[in-house]
Amino acid sequence: MSDRVRLTVFGVSLAGLLALLVWGLAGLPDFGDFQGAYGQLLNRVAVPERSTTDVVTAVNFDYRGFDTLGEEFILFAAVIGVASILRTLRGERIRRPDDDAAGRHVPETSLLVRVTGLGLVAPTILVGIYIVAHGHQTPGGGFQGGVILATALLLIYLSADYMTMRAVGPTWLIELAEGLGAAGFALIGVGGLVFGSAFFENFLGKGTPGELPSAGTIPLSNTAVGLAVTGGFVFMLSEFLQQALTHRRVHHHRRGGARRAS
Amino acid sequence: MADLAPLAVAIPLIAAAALVGVARVVPRRVVDVMALGTSIACVVLCALVLDDASGGTIVHWFGGWEPRNGVAVGISFAIDQVGAGFALFVAVLFVAAFVFCWRYFVVIGPVFHALMLVFLAAMLGFSYTGDLFNLFVFFELLSVAAYALVAYDIEEEGPLQGALNFAVTNTIGAFLILTGIALLYGRTGALNMAQIGETLAGEPADGLVVVAFTLMAVGFFVKAAVVPFHFWLADAYSVAPTPVCLLLSAAMSELGLYAFARVYWTVFSGALGGDEALEAVLLGAGTLTALVGAVMCFGQRHLKRMLAFATVSHVGLFLIGIALLDAGGFAGTTLFVVADGFVKAALFVCVGTVQHMLGGVDELRLYGRARMLRITGPLMALLALALASLPPFGPWLGKAVIDQAARDAGAGWVAAVFVVASILTGAALLRATARVFAGIGPHDDPSIVDAPAPEEVDAELRYPHRRVPRTMTIPALALAAAGLGVGLVPGLRASFEGAGQPFVDRAGYAATVLHGQAARHGEALSLAPGPAEVLLGFATAACACGLAYLALAPPRPRLHRLGLATGRAIAWLRPLHSGYVGDYVTWLVAGAAVLGGLFAVTLTS
Amino acid sequence: MSFLPYAVAVWIVGVGLYGIVTSRDLVHLVICLSVMQSASYLVLLSIGYVKDASAPVFADVPLGTRAVDPVVQALTLTDVVVGTTVTALLLALSVQAHKRYGTLDPRRLRPGRATRRHG
Repeated sequence: MSDRVRLTVFGVSLAGLLALLVWGLAGLPDFGDFQGAYGQLLNRVAVPERSTTDVVTAVNFDYRGFDTLGEEFILFAAVIGVASILRTLRGERIRRPDDDAAGRHVPETSLLVRVTGLGLVAPTILVGIYIVAHGHQTPGGGFQGGVILATALLLIYLSADYMTMRAVGPTWLIELAEGLGAAGFALIGVGGLVFGSAFFENFLGKGTPGELPSAGTIPLSNTAVGLAVTGGFVFMLSEFLQQALTHRRVHHHRRGGARRAS
Repeated sequence: MADLAPLAVAIPLIAAAALVGVARVVPRRVVDVMALGTSIACVVLCALVLDDASGGTIVHWFGGWEPRNGVAVGISFAIDQVGAGFALFVAVLFVAAFVFCWRYFVVIGPVFHALMLVFLAAMLGFSYTGDLFNLFVFFELLSVAAYALVAYDIEEEGPLQGALNFAVTNTIGAFLILTGIALLYGRTGALNMAQIGETLAGEPADGLVVVAFTLMAVGFFVKAAVVPFHFWLADAYSVAPTPVCLLLSAAMSELGLYAFARVYWTVFSGALGGDEALEAVLLGAGTLTALVGAVMCFGQRHLKRMLAFATVSHVGLFLIGIALLDAGGFAGTTLFVVADGFVKAALFVCVGTVQHMLGGVDELRLYGRARMLRITGPLMALLALALASLPPFGPWLGKAVIDQAARDAGAGWVAAVFVVASILTGAALLRATARVFAGIGPHDDPSIVDAPAPEEVDAELRYPHRRVPRTMTIPALALAAAGLGVGLVPGLRASFEGAGQPFVDRAGYAATVLHGQAARHGEALSLAPGPAEVLLGFATAACACGLAYLALAPPRPRLHRLGLATGRAIAWLRPLHSGYVGDYVTWLVAGAAVLGGLFAVTLTS
Repeated sequence: MSFLPYAVAVWIVGVGLYGIVTSRDLVHLVICLSVMQSASYLVLLSIGYVKDASAPVFADVPLGTRAVDPVVQALTLTDVVVGTTVTALLLALSVQAHKRYGTLDPRRLRPGRATRRHG
């Protein structure tokens, strides 16, 4: 299709689709007036039943924990998908990261950046762990805390250099964290089957709401998810960085080449 | 026993995570064995679940959260015979795919198998679930795994564009589904399919319900590749590794239609009713898809693209069966899906074998070179004939049942669409088989309008090919036997018909899921094919052979002119499949607007 | 005023889709896809909003206080994770496309039409 034809067809269709959306959304209850039975029920019963004070986490990891299992494995599949797409191809080698233009003077990382960045690593890790651990009491949880933990490793790259980051977080450790976290979460679900009567049943004691050890399996799930998310994000980030910094193309002849017919 | 279903989903996931976790220390064969073992375990579990579901819909509430006063608190698996049967079908396909993988890749890490296992788990969860958002989550899970799998052969040229088009269009489809789910949640305050259906039933359909239905239909149609949402399919299939193509063609597209049918029957059938107008719109979409797919299939020379368009065409036929909106049509469709799925999987295995041994998939370039594949050739010819409705094989039986149901519903003209689609796709495959395996026919063909397939890079680096590996012939033969044999096993047709009844019974489903009451069903339908269907089947197959013969006959002036005319008729369709994602998205939006407009007009009056 | 959040969501969908169709750069296309997906977050959260209600966290407020709907928040969390991961996959594909073809223009990346950069 030529550009003009495509734009015309698209413009007309988009108008139609947006009109449909507006028509559909107009049928919703008034903004701010939602009376959903499901939500109201959970707001009432989640705290006494689950001993959590954060109802959203209770929904995510207990009432609808199976959705979270799927979501976690979406992350897992995307991470290994990225690893597979960005893998070292036949015509490439991995070299130490260096600058393409020879003779160009690369300035050292300034002292201020180095100190601030490295100084922030420990507090970031602490905040991340805090948010993972307290997910069942205050807003937070495995996903949010996991991303913060991944940021800590990225801070090392930003303030030091790539090789330091690789030394602190070697690939085998990251892969292990990723696999362990994902499998761990699924195993907690199976544990519900084995120790309780249904998959993902909360089979540990409930404790009192407001205390750190409470809410049964929810803190465990949070930890597993936090581990998986940290491993996953660090893995993805290091794959992208590896592509940019260390992959070098090596020219070689193709035997019996592919003649592309155009 | 209901506890087995979640295990069937969890075990492949745990295995996938374990594979990645120990990636470095484990040799290749262990990875293969683990994957194969997991899929066999899933087959066993799914068979047990199916056995259990035959006694009535099983419901498993996750976390033990039972519904209170008809308000669902947790997520449920609501497994009826159709869902359980589909899960078993998918698991068997995976076993075949893993066996085929054994010798297909030369060097491979565990990532491929891990992605495949996640794909398997997602499809099983998708078939079993009774919760709308859970359906969406598994939809996205299988989509993400599919994107990564299609892009696996990143060394080659094609997978980049194919995966990109696939990912962008399907993500837009998933977004539309989520918006539909949000609308339904806003109206009913529930996510459980049975509960939403109960709440919507009896109320007339207003703008929100119609738009939610449109959005979800469009999203599922993108996955299923109904025209005009189908453009991504040929691009993706032509570049994906063969084990992946097998699964995409036989299972993923069908899952899109399964989801559409499931959501329609459990959520919307109370509000929208068995509307004549709705039937007409869906029949129209199905017919368009069947014909466009068949015509494009005939004009292909890239074997995998040919099979891709055959898949599109058959998706149209499935949609026609579902569009009848009754138990009989649906039962026929399930039978057809299973038989057709196995046959297409077997065809992909054959094409994959050819690609593995000879390094190419172009019909004209492979002219006569596959003579040495003595099992694959005749097998492919037989499968092509089965697709062309040769009795008494599986695909013919499925089509016959749908024809019967259509006649009962007053839409007997669909038989003509089936005939045309079968003739074109069967003839295309027969023509390709004859050219590639027997070297019959001219070296050039004016009715072929597609670009030539890219030559395989470094074909000689593949597995040293002296004989066809047994791990390639055995899956092909097994899948073919399954697909063809569906029509030959006595009593199978009756059990499919029995499965159709509970599927279309919305009130019974809701009663079972929300209140634990078992549902009773009426007399079984009897849609046994009569002599008329048998004759029609033979006639269709004969016409397909005739068309293939015409395509292959030595060039004579009148035939050549006919060929050119055919080529020109197809030629205007070809540039629409341009490979540019902007075009595809434009057609997606256009299709969504048109479909929405049609539904708005027909469903609210 | 009551329809404003939904109107904004519809606008975002339109803008995102327009960006995808007219894009000349793969990274831009992926970001437009991500923008379009954020419309669904907006719709979900707006549906669950309750006037004069607090967050569904009862750590420091007594049980029984009016709170917004927690289910849509959980759904949005899932949605965000899904959207992010798909974006990551698409960006990885873009990186490889740039390396292979030297261009990020989707119009040049059609099967059979792109020219290879090396070899």
